[in-house]
Amino acid sequence: MKEKPDVLQGTLALMVLKTLDVLEPQHGWGIARRIEQISGDLLAVNQGTLYPLLLRLEHEGSIASEWGVSENKRRARFYRLTAAGRKQLQAETRDWEQTAAIIARFFNVKAEDLS
Amino acid sequence: MRFLRRFRIRFSNFVTRRSADQRLQEEIAEHLAFQAEENVRAGMAPAEARRQAALKLGPVEAIRERHHAEQSIPFFENLLFDLRYAIRMVLKSPGFSVIAIGTMALGIGATTAIYSVIDATLLHPLPYPNPAELVRVQDDLPGVGAHGVGISIPEWRDLQASGIFQSVALTGTGANVNLTGSEQPLRLSFKQVTPNYFAVLGVSAQLGRTFDPNDPTPGYNLEVVISDGLWRKEFGADPQMIGRVLRLDNDAYRVVGIMPRGFRDQGSTSDEQNVDLWLGAGFTGLPFRPPQRDLRLASRAVIARLKPGLSIAAAQGHLDALVDTLKKQYPADYPAQTAWTVRLIPLTETVVGSIRSSLILLFGAVGLVLLISCVNVANLLLARASGRGREIAVRQALGAQRTRLIRQFLAESLLLFVLGGIAGVAILFSAQHFLLRLIPESLPHLNNISINWGVLVFAVAVSVVTGTVFGLAPAWLMSRFDLIGTLRQEGRGSSGSRERARARQTLVISELALSLVLLIAAGLLLRSFWDLFKVQPGFNPNRVMAIQTWLPGPNDPSADIYRSATQEAVLLREILRRSRTLPGVEEAAVGDEAALPLGHGQPGRLPLIREGIETKDNEAPVINSPIVSPEYFHLLSVPLLRGRLFNDQDLEETPQVAVINQAAALTYWPNQDPLGKRVRLRLDGRDRRASSTPPWTTIIGVIADARTESLADAAIPQIYRSIYQRPAKDLAIFLRGQLDPSAISSQMRTQIQSIDPELPVFHGETLDEVLSESLSVRRFSMEMVAFFAATALLLAGLGIYGTISYVVNEQRREIAIRLALGAQKAMILRMVLRRGAGLAAAGTGLGIAGALIVSHLMSGLLYGVSPTDLPTFAGFTVVLTAVALAASYIPALRAMRFDPITTLHSE
Repeated sequence: MKEKPDVLQGTLALMVLKTLDVLEPQHGWGIARRIEQISGDLLAVNQGTLYPLLLRLEHEGSIASEWGVSENKRRARFYRLTAAGRKQLQAETRDWEQTAAIIARFFNVKAEDLS
Repeated sequence: MRFLRRFRIRFSNFVTRRSADQRLQEEIAEHLAFQAEENVRAGMAPAEARRQAALKLGPVEAIRERHHAEQSIPFFENLLFDLRYAIRMVLKSPGFSVIAIGTMALGIGATTAIYSVIDATLLHPLPYPNPAELVRVQDDLPGVGAHGVGISIPEWRDLQASGIFQSVALTGTGANVNLTGSEQPLRLSFKQVTPNYFAVLGVSAQLGRTFDPNDPTPGYNLEVVISDGLWRKEFGADPQMIGRVLRLDNDAYRVVGIMPRGFRDQGSTSDEQNVDLWLGAGFTGLPFRPPQRDLRLASRAVIARLKPGLSIAAAQGHLDALVDTLKKQYPADYPAQTAWTVRLIPLTETVVGSIRSSLILLFGAVGLVLLISCVNVANLLLARASGRGREIAVRQALGAQRTRLIRQFLAESLLLFVLGGIAGVAILFSAQHFLLRLIPESLPHLNNISINWGVLVFAVAVSVVTGTVFGLAPAWLMSRFDLIGTLRQEGRGSSGSRERARARQTLVISELALSLVLLIAAGLLLRSFWDLFKVQPGFNPNRVMAIQTWLPGPNDPSADIYRSATQEAVLLREILRRSRTLPGVEEAAVGDEAALPLGHGQPGRLPLIREGIETKDNEAPVINSPIVSPEYFHLLSVPLLRGRLFNDQDLEETPQVAVINQAAALTYWPNQDPLGKRVRLRLDGRDRRASSTPPWTTIIGVIADARTESLADAAIPQIYRSIYQRPAKDLAIFLRGQLDPSAISSQMRTQIQSIDPELPVFHGETLDEVLSESLSVRRFSMEMVAFFAATALLLAGLGIYGTISYVVNEQRREIAIRLALGAQKAMILRMVLRRGAGLAAAGTGLGIAGALIVSHLMSGLLYGVSPTDLPTFAGFTVVLTAVALAASYIPALRAMRFDPITTLHSE
């Protein structure tokens, strides 16, 4: 299997944070489904990899979790963004937008622009 | 911050062993339920829906593992697992573990012991601040083959003004002085030093002060700084000590300071380091002779502290330029043929001096023992691996990663090595008092040898490094089991086992080679020592005792009651007359300390000016010049070859005469008759009479060479003068006869002090003792290397025994088949022995090559035996081969007695 852990981990974490920012609190499957809907194939397989990541974000203090009752009356663990997580999301969003803008400008460069 | 928070939580989870596995299981079940529901909504059959949900989730075990890795710290966790496993393995085979740990304890313990000696002597020789700045300045005259000729006062001033040094101090090399005024006159060792001496060393007094570095007094400033030891021993640590007056050689000195407890003076002998008193002096006024550029003081050492940041090489460059300038400025004082040079030597080097090579040899030897122990344990580990082949294969089949296996084996070998190290240091620690007694007293800094933190760190580092290096190879080989083959037939004939067999043979060969190197080195040292021990010293030390005394030399020469030879002769003749009346004494003689065979520190050497050849001190070669009474030669049985010896008619007022030894005759009058030749011996700084032209001295006799300087040197030129013509202060009284060494010293003391109660009497020793002490460092290193070599031989024997046993065990099936097919038992024996002989041949071949290199490196330590001494090489090669064959013989016998039926059945 081809692994691209760095990019995947980084972007996946950002996606998780953003998902929780929009729809909180949310349980694991909810987050996975949401990401799948938006990103297409990124989480179509190996949805399980989400759980170690969630644990890591929790250790880092960006998110918190607690047991709750889901929409179909089952016990599920709900994740929500903490204040620190929100701040982190804002910072990373800014970084990401900056990077994306720079990269976009490079992609738009034509030979005559550089002459 | 986030990283730290994450690490903290994971670490606390690791410590409290909190697991998030239950939570993950529930979350996954929940996840699957949600996904299955959605799949059903999308129209799948319930069974298919669950299957697709599981597929989408991915491999649960891998997720669990990653989740767990996130929850805790797998690195530490595995380490803990490995360690626990390793401990279980060590406990499971106690016999193996005891042998491995014992072997490593021996290797690491011995290495640490030698390291602690090196740590105290070579690595921390100078207990002064910024020791790297301290240098000894040595003047040489290579043109006339003279080294360490000393420095003149104008040269010292030039050095002070050169801008190279912060400060330059002159110091004596240590001499005796009489402390009188208490119950017993006491002989103390003192150094005269320029007042800036302590400033150069950078040490201040614990009580009072040291000398004022700018004290301009030309002679002695009549101040004395005393050692902590003297203060406690003689003055009961009197707090009112400062300001007290000590009578030293009949002069009154005021105590100004007491040095701190741990302070040791610099110098290469323990005598020099254990100085009791320091006297401040300017070296320019009485009793010193007026400064003159060509008047070098051979008994002075020059100690200097370089300007901060100046390297020795750079300083040497500046100094060479200064020397060139001085040579141009004073051409008459620096004749070109003497090629005057001034060298800077790091003080560290001069302090350690001659024992450096012995210590390096010992460290090398112990390093080889360590290496052999490591190889032996690595060999044992490999041997055990074959027994564990099945276990390893099963674990691999169950999915254990190779790196994981290697790590685990490594943890095991590290545990063994570290336990070995701990055991070794523990044994060393409990036996240190006993071991310290084995070290010869002449070793400098003997008292500083201890097991300190640096030594412990060394032991730990050695254990870990050797454990890693020698654990890696077996671990790597052990992890390379051919899985299928091993599982099917338990390790026999698989490629991994062949590789391991080759590795084991390599290890045994290197072990044999290393021990042969050690054996040959020990053999060469043993032969050197034996030759020295058996050497004809050229004098007869049997039944001879020497007892020393010291005549005071007051600063005002006119106050000296033993000033002239005639005055001193009265005392000496009376001492000799009384000694001859003592019980058992047959003969008696006196001489100065330089006449004490092998028992003096630095010989008193004077420039030898031959009539018609040299005209000035600074062109002349230097020669040892003992002063003796006429009976000396007969007492020591040194035969006269030509001319005559001194007699009672050679007195102060008659013409000065001298006796030389054969070596001096051959060196200074080659192909000539030295009898009747005249020489002048420049008087050195010890002489208090400022006579500028010493008298001509006629050579009247030539005696045979005797090894009075060093047993290893056959012939060193000597010129002897009569004590009735040349008075000496540092006296040794020689007695021959049936003496009772325990009683004679006090009898001599009574006799001498009944003539002059102010004279101290000390250092009563038999010449046999002196002789054996002069060999003590050699004996020590010889014994140690021999011990190491014996250990190496034992370990190598065990190694080859283990390997051959293993080979026999591996081949038991083949041997059984051969036996069943009618092979002769003798043939089986030969087959196994051939295996052992092959290993021995390879090992000894490599060993001889290694020994040739090592023996040339240590040729400076050998005496009377060539580094390629054939009997030693051949002898120890035979010994090692015999041990190897004997060690192979036992497993060979076992192979011969295999019962084919049982063996084949058991397979």
